[in-house]
Amino acid sequence: MPAPIRLRELIRTIRTARTQAEEREMIQKECAAIRSSFREEDNTYRCRNVAKLLYMHMLGYPAHFGQLECLKLIASQKFTDKRIGYLGAMLLLDERQDVHLLMTNCIKNDLNHSTQYVQGLALCTLGCMGSSEMCRDLAGEVEKLLKTSNSYLRKKAALCAVHVIRKVPELMEMFLPATKNLLSEKNHGVLHTSVVLLTEMCERSPDMLAHFRKLVPQLVRILKNLIMSGYSPEHDVSGISDPFLQVRILRLLRILGRSDDDSSEAMNDILAQVATNTETSKNVGNAILYETVLTIMDIKSESGLRVLAINILGRFLLNNDKNIRYVALTSLLKTVQTDHNAVQRHRSTIVDCLKDLDVSIKRRAMELSFALVNGNNIRGMMKELLYFLDSCDPEFKADCASGVFLAAEKYAPSKRWHIDTIMRVLTTAGSYVRDDSVPNLIQLITNSVEMHAYTVQRLYKALLDDISQQPLVQVASWCIGEYGDLLVSGQCEEEEPIQDEVLDVLEGLLVSNLSTPVTRGYSLTAIMKLSTRFTSVNRIKKVVSIYGSTSLILYCCNDPISSWISFNFHLTECPLSVCQTFQLQLLSPSSNVVPALNQGTVTQVIRVLNPQKQQLRMRIKLTYTLKGSPVQDLAEVNNFPPQSWQ
Amino acid sequence: MIKFMLMVNRQGQTRLSRYYTPVELSRRAVLEADVVRCCLTRKKDQCSFVEYKDFKLIYRQYAALYIVVGVTDSENELSVYELVHNFVEVLDKYFSRVVSLDIMFNLDRVHIILDEMIQNGHIVETNKSRVLAPLTALDKMADS
Repeated sequence: MPAPIRLRELIRTIRTARTQAEEREMIQKECAAIRSSFREEDNTYRCRNVAKLLYMHMLGYPAHFGQLECLKLIASQKFTDKRIGYLGAMLLLDERQDVHLLMTNCIKNDLNHSTQYVQGLALCTLGCMGSSEMCRDLAGEVEKLLKTSNSYLRKKAALCAVHVIRKVPELMEMFLPATKNLLSEKNHGVLHTSVVLLTEMCERSPDMLAHFRKLVPQLVRILKNLIMSGYSPEHDVSGISDPFLQVRILRLLRILGRSDDDSSEAMNDILAQVATNTETSKNVGNAILYETVLTIMDIKSESGLRVLAINILGRFLLNNDKNIRYVALTSLLKTVQTDHNAVQRHRSTIVDCLKDLDVSIKRRAMELSFALVNGNNIRGMMKELLYFLDSCDPEFKADCASGVFLAAEKYAPSKRWHIDTIMRVLTTAGSYVRDDSVPNLIQLITNSVEMHAYTVQRLYKALLDDISQQPLVQVASWCIGEYGDLLVSGQCEEEEPIQDEVLDVLEGLLVSNLSTPVTRGYSLTAIMKLSTRFTSVNRIKKVVSIYGSTSLILYCCNDPISSWISFNFHLTECPLSVCQTFQLQLLSPSSNVVPALNQGTVTQVIRVLNPQKQQLRMRIKLTYTLKGSPVQDLAEVNNFPPQSWQ
Repeated sequence: MIKFMLMVNRQGQTRLSRYYTPVELSRRAVLEADVVRCCLTRKKDQCSFVEYKDFKLIYRQYAALYIVVGVTDSENELSVYELVHNFVEVLDKYFSRVVSLDIMFNLDRVHIILDEMIQNGHIVETNKSRVLAPLTALDKMADS
């Protein structure tokens, strides 16, 4: 049996594959070779084989048959074997496999190994994928290593402890004594992971949080040293000393100061110092400032500090770096509710960000702009937002349109402005408006009685220009149906159309390919309604009769906004149906089929019991299919002769 | 915390993948392809942070290689952006001007470096010499 190929050789081979199928073939061949090598219990090459398996696993091929081999490698005495074994365990195993429990003993031994690198491996692996049982068994060892003076091990033990606490929260108490002098360490690695451990404990337990509040002065001191110390080559990043540690400490301070006045006061000075002294020319400095701002906004800081924080965000907005603009907008969005006035000061910069090229920045700017709209700035803001609606990507239009409607409803300075704004949205982004806006808009228009004439005229004009945007067409049709008399009667400011022109437009909608079935329903209803308002009734009758009916659903109601009852016509005898003031009985219709081309009629008698002598009104809902698609129409009959109900 | 770290080339081939939260093998391929597509379609003037499902992606491009880090919502994006660069600088130091082929053919070593820097989704060490110490020791052991 020739020696198994090295990992490099495998990689080189796979790179020569020109198709996915070729690669798969190579991998399968190598897997077979590896499997037989495993079967032979070959110690020498096990390490090499598992390394290859891990590579193939990364490419997406199954590697579960190597799990047990990882265990054998971990148990080996050679460091190179252990290394690959532990890596394999971290990549291939998790607590769902039973195999992982077998590792417990190995890890226990390795945690007490004489070589720190082996101990480190064990800590790393336990912290990565240890199950609750394993953590319970080995927590004592981890705790011991947390107290060692070896900083290499101490930092890893701290993160391993974080994992143990996550898996077995009851063990948190056990680590408490070891945390006593963690912060007096000089080694930054240990400091960093200790802060992470303290953060985890504080987030999990309010008692721990209260207990660790006394660490605030010490944390403040460490942070101060980091800022004030001169150049230190060990952890310098672009002239700032260990920014990662600074960010981590700031985050812990945030948790400790949140809802606690004393702690917040103790950290006030240092936060102001960091905010004013940090170098902002590079990303590093800005990362620290960002964290500082988040902390200031979350704790009980005094107002001067909060204004300082928001001003930092305002400066971020003007930065050339798009990443920084992005985080600024995200943070401002979080604070706009609590510090509304401070954020208002930066309104114009925020509105400028609507023109940014980056999608995430535009979205944040849009959300923030809507949050900043109020009664004072509504006109100016709406101008900008409508301009944005015109030019933005389709993915924004629905949200922007909804936002505009909401803002207009809350702060509209006048009814006319309100209707104009709605018109603008319908004409520029009409196809993106949400379905429920149509009934809402209709309600709004109904309630603005004095604007009916103006509205119907403007909507009619819009229809003449463009019938492709369905929500616009639907609202316009409805308005014309309701207020068509105002449209033709000369109450409008411009030249009024004549009845036939209006009917032309509505009929055009019925036949147009651009109209959806819902829209057709709206326009047919409008035409029917106009039969009571216009004089050209014959023309209307003709239009209605062209569209034959196959089923008829009747709605009876005693007042247009009250509850509706529907019962299906379906050309059979119907039992008595009850509604509020009427009792209805439908008798069998004269026939099942309405003849085409106006060659006949179908009659159905409805007996109405009307003891309270209420005015009879009928709403008819027709559903039929036209050229394969379902259509629904509404019509109202208001002109029953008074003798029928008096 | 960091949920995963990926190194992907422009053709969408994964050069390094490390997950700090359990993700099933079958879902990884889809996740990686999706994440890569998100990053590859971004233009130069767009920011390096992407909202993806319920977490965030932070990516940086180095020549033909994209390094993508998936983090939870609570993470400081600018800080992780710096961390990625720190990682690349460590690789640079070890491989003396690292190129993608170095990473490809020394995957196990890159994993060791990564493990020294990030452990279960949190930073462990950022000092370059300290990160490389165990690896240097291992190399000496292998040579002898």
